[in-house]
Amino acid sequence: MTKGKVTSIIANLITVEVDGTVGQNEICYILHNQVRLMSEVIKIIGKTAYIQVFESTRGIKIGSDVEFTGQMLELTLGPGLLSRNYDGLQNDLDKLTGNFLKRGEYAYPLDEKKKYDFKPLVSEGDMLQAADWLGEVKENWIDHKIMVPFKYEGKGKVKSIAAEGSYTINETVAVLEDENGQTTEVTMVQKWPVKVAVTQYRNKPRPGILLQTGVRAIDTFNPMTEGGTGFIPGPFGAGKTVLQHAIAKNADADLIIVTACGERANEVVEIFTEFPELEDPRTGRKLQERTTIVCNTSNMPVAAREASVYVGMTLAEYYRAMGLKVLLLADSTSRWAQALREMSNRLEELPGPDAFPMDLSAIIANFYARAGYVVLNNGSSGSVTFIGTVSPAGGNLKEPVTESTRKVARCFYALAQKRADAKRYPAIEPIDSYSKYLEYPEFDRFAEDNICKGWVAMVQKSKDFVRRGAEAYDQINILGDDAVPIDYHVQYWKSEVIDFIILQQDAFDDIDQNSPIKRQRYMLEKVLFICDSEFDFQDFEEVSSFFKKAINLLKQMNYSRFESDEFVNYEKELDAFLTEKKI
Amino acid sequence: MVKTKAFQKIYTKLSQITKATCTLEASGIGYEEMALVDGRPAQVVKIFKNMVTLQIFPGTEGISTNAEVIFLGRPPVIKVSESLAGRFFSAYGDPIDGGPEIDGEEREIGGPSLNPVRRKQPSELIATGIAGIDLNNTLVTGQKIPFFADPDQPYNQVLAEVALRADADKIILGGMGLSNDDFLFFKDKFTNAGALDKIISFINTTENPPVERLLVPDMALTAAEFFAAEKNEKVLVLLTDMTLYADALAIVSNKMDQIPSKDSMPGSLYSDLAKVYEKAAQFPEGGSITIIAVTTLNEGDITHAIPDNTGYITEGQLFLRRDTDVGKVIVDPFRSLSRLKQLVIGKKTREDHPQVMNAGVRLFADAMNSRTKKENGFDLTEYDERCLAFALDYSREILAIDVNVSVDEMLDTGWKLFARHFKRHEVGIRDDLMNKYWKGE
Ligand SMILES: Nc1ncnc2c1ncn2[C@@H]1O[C@H](COP(=O)(O)OP(=O)(O)O)[C@@H](O)[C@H]1O
Ligand SMILES: [Mg+2]
Repeated sequence: MTKGKVTSIIANLITVEVDGTVGQNEICYILHNQVRLMSEVIKIIGKTAYIQVFESTRGIKIGSDVEFTGQMLELTLGPGLLSRNYDGLQNDLDKLTGNFLKRGEYAYPLDEKKKYDFKPLVSEGDMLQAADWLGEVKENWIDHKIMVPFKYEGKGKVKSIAAEGSYTINETVAVLEDENGQTTEVTMVQKWPVKVAVTQYRNKPRPGILLQTGVRAIDTFNPMTEGGTGFIPGPFGAGKTVLQHAIAKNADADLIIVTACGERANEVVEIFTEFPELEDPRTGRKLQERTTIVCNTSNMPVAAREASVYVGMTLAEYYRAMGLKVLLLADSTSRWAQALREMSNRLEELPGPDAFPMDLSAIIANFYARAGYVVLNNGSSGSVTFIGTVSPAGGNLKEPVTESTRKVARCFYALAQKRADAKRYPAIEPIDSYSKYLEYPEFDRFAEDNICKGWVAMVQKSKDFVRRGAEAYDQINILGDDAVPIDYHVQYWKSEVIDFIILQQDAFDDIDQNSPIKRQRYMLEKVLFICDSEFDFQDFEEVSSFFKKAINLLKQMNYSRFESDEFVNYEKELDAFLTEKKI
Repeated sequence: MVKTKAFQKIYTKLSQITKATCTLEASGIGYEEMALVDGRPAQVVKIFKNMVTLQIFPGTEGISTNAEVIFLGRPPVIKVSESLAGRFFSAYGDPIDGGPEIDGEEREIGGPSLNPVRRKQPSELIATGIAGIDLNNTLVTGQKIPFFADPDQPYNQVLAEVALRADADKIILGGMGLSNDDFLFFKDKFTNAGALDKIISFINTTENPPVERLLVPDMALTAAEFFAAEKNEKVLVLLTDMTLYADALAIVSNKMDQIPSKDSMPGSLYSDLAKVYEKAAQFPEGGSITIIAVTTLNEGDITHAIPDNTGYITEGQLFLRRDTDVGKVIVDPFRSLSRLKQLVIGKKTREDHPQVMNAGVRLFADAMNSRTKKENGFDLTEYDERCLAFALDYSREILAIDVNVSVDEMLDTGWKLFARHFKRHEVGIRDDLMNKYWKGE
């Protein structure tokens, strides 16, 4: 293997004089006082390799030895990834010793001793290719497929396959033989470089199936699909993290990968603390059982921040290849972009807008392109849905990360400072935000069959009410309450009903926090019924007090268990109240 | 302070001197190692082959090319022990109170991060008596939160008040660019409160070189980690003013020819600030570090890179502003936020806390709309009038920073004000709580 010596140090950028071949993105280790500090090659000029160190460089000296590995940053993939807490380089954080992270301490991501009950899915003589399922083991409640390694080239014949029984992850469960007679032993573990997309599937059709998140402002107003992409930009405090956590809790996905990228450690602690207790609304099991966390919080080494989002994506793709519905969340993709910026500046590259690297857009586009709904080679389907947050400087959406992301993500959930200030949570701006899927015929068909007839039209209609309400509100503000026709007030208050009852949702209320699509449809119909009704008002003050009362009753319905006595009683009270004024 | 050991190699040939740095040929030097340049503390910031660049904390004025350079073979350190309590130190950790040197174990400052899986979720309320904080923006141990204040707000007074009322085992003050008057204010305030024995101060005043400030947070937080992680104590760290800290970061990166990003701040500002603030933690053995900082604003502009990056890092912010209607400084309920309040309100405090909090802020917001209407010359409705009357009471009895009562009393005051100005359905609180606490008709 190639070796080298340190020749310069500036923060976490180090140059190394090498004695042999090195590759871009190759992993190497700096030897420093008995510890090995992991680093990645990011640029090569002649005999000089520029490396970014994934650790603090304090104390490193000129002349320190460096060992190259010949490998890019690769993930270890196999049963036992679920429910783990990894750092940005896939070290199992729970296995590290002591309260503080020690430089150079790394921990194997899986459990090498644990035995898994293996069930073969192929027979001797079968012809297989990369990513084909050859067996399965139970991991928590999912059927974890043991696959032909993604790196396997061409076709191979099953020479032998292990019998049903328990095996550790490193035992051979199959032997494949290619057309040249070359044999490959397959275990339950395989490796894959994080920066390379896993594309061993048949095709990637347009997504159209609703991915329920339990959040009304998303599911009803701007739906996400299985295999879809979306992003949540917003100034600090607008509710990006709370919204992502709400999605992580309630989304109708088989498993969820949460990448905490360069944000607060306490927010990850919240997941560590709550997810083992909270129930997965779909299965009644604990949320933790379907969740894997990749965390590189803001105080952890900056270089590993970039790696962390790729680690999350690669894990997601691995499970998608098993035919599962995976949701990947990343908070915040801006921190990853900033990590790229710090390094690009140190490398003295020509800076693009706001000193971000010139190829930022391409990097973001490549990443989002890895999400998607796919049909596997065996005909089953799987998906990676990706939702990232963006933290624009100064809350101004005209900045490179937001703009680059907008070009590639299909859903835009813009969080508005004004709504957050008014405690109108989730603060998703109803007019500027969009979901392109609402225009997909694939989604329309899905909604017709699975939500109700005319669903998309109903959604569009309620959006129109919100738009008209905003216009009326502007007029009222310009001309004054009594200078406008009463109708303006009615328009405005109808949009407030939609805002308070459909768009706003209490993420901290046990019941309101999760609203299944059936309930969402019920409430949308109720609200549209009110919006479509005409009422008899004497003056504008009567308008506001009438709608405030109606909103109050509708809110009580939102706080009650769906179709419970309480719910029904509030609804009766509401109906009676409405009838009085209706014409 | 930094003392030299015998037989250390002395270098005397500087090849380059800038405003903040000097460069010389030297070998066997570790990155971030400390050195003395003609007795001035300095730190290695760059090594290129055999050329070592040092950042000289007090500046390079008067340094000549034959200055004596001694490398200390270690990064910056602080000696920690119980005897830190009650003492005042410089940014280098040297006593400035005339007392003896500290005898204790040497610790590198700016040490490693806490493993996130070892952190505990913060869950202990910090009561300050100020309703604008306790009721609307409740603080929790292990939290990190700054005051965002214009330079003319009494932020240091509020900070001292909060620190003394919070029930902490140790209070560690990190003063950066503190005016001498404010330094003396803190000293008197703590002495008069009889609390000096639990207070440790690291002070860089306006009279000291600005770059020295860069050491203050790490000094304060390394001391804090000693008490919180090893002695399991509840430690409160006060950092004032972090804007001046960031300014010092900008000076250094500028001198190092780095490409500045927004507002002439270094591109790494987010990571630099996060490294400081993320030291706040609830430790598994019971100790905690809570950071309350001050970030002064330039004409209230929170989109400036310093408050903006801070807001993305800290767990909320407390906004001070003068309410001219009541003539008092208040904690602004709209722009202030404690992100950890959910962990305690309604759990460690009375069940009606979350709803009373939200209702109060919402009605106050209605009042602000009414006010805009009034300013624009529109007629006010009867509801507008009631909102405005409510706002005056709410500002005076809840938001003003001179309020000092228990959380239960704050909640009772809330209900009292709701009943005084509003009808039942206007309050918008859940029915079961209304039935229990509503004081009006
Ligand atoms: N859906 C919500 N319901 C109630 N409060 C919310 C909601 N979303 C956000 N908040 C409040 O806003 C604060 C900041 O939210 P957070 O998601 O951390 O913001 P961001 O990640 O955008 O900085 C939270 O601590 C909480 O007090
Ligand atoms: Mg956040």
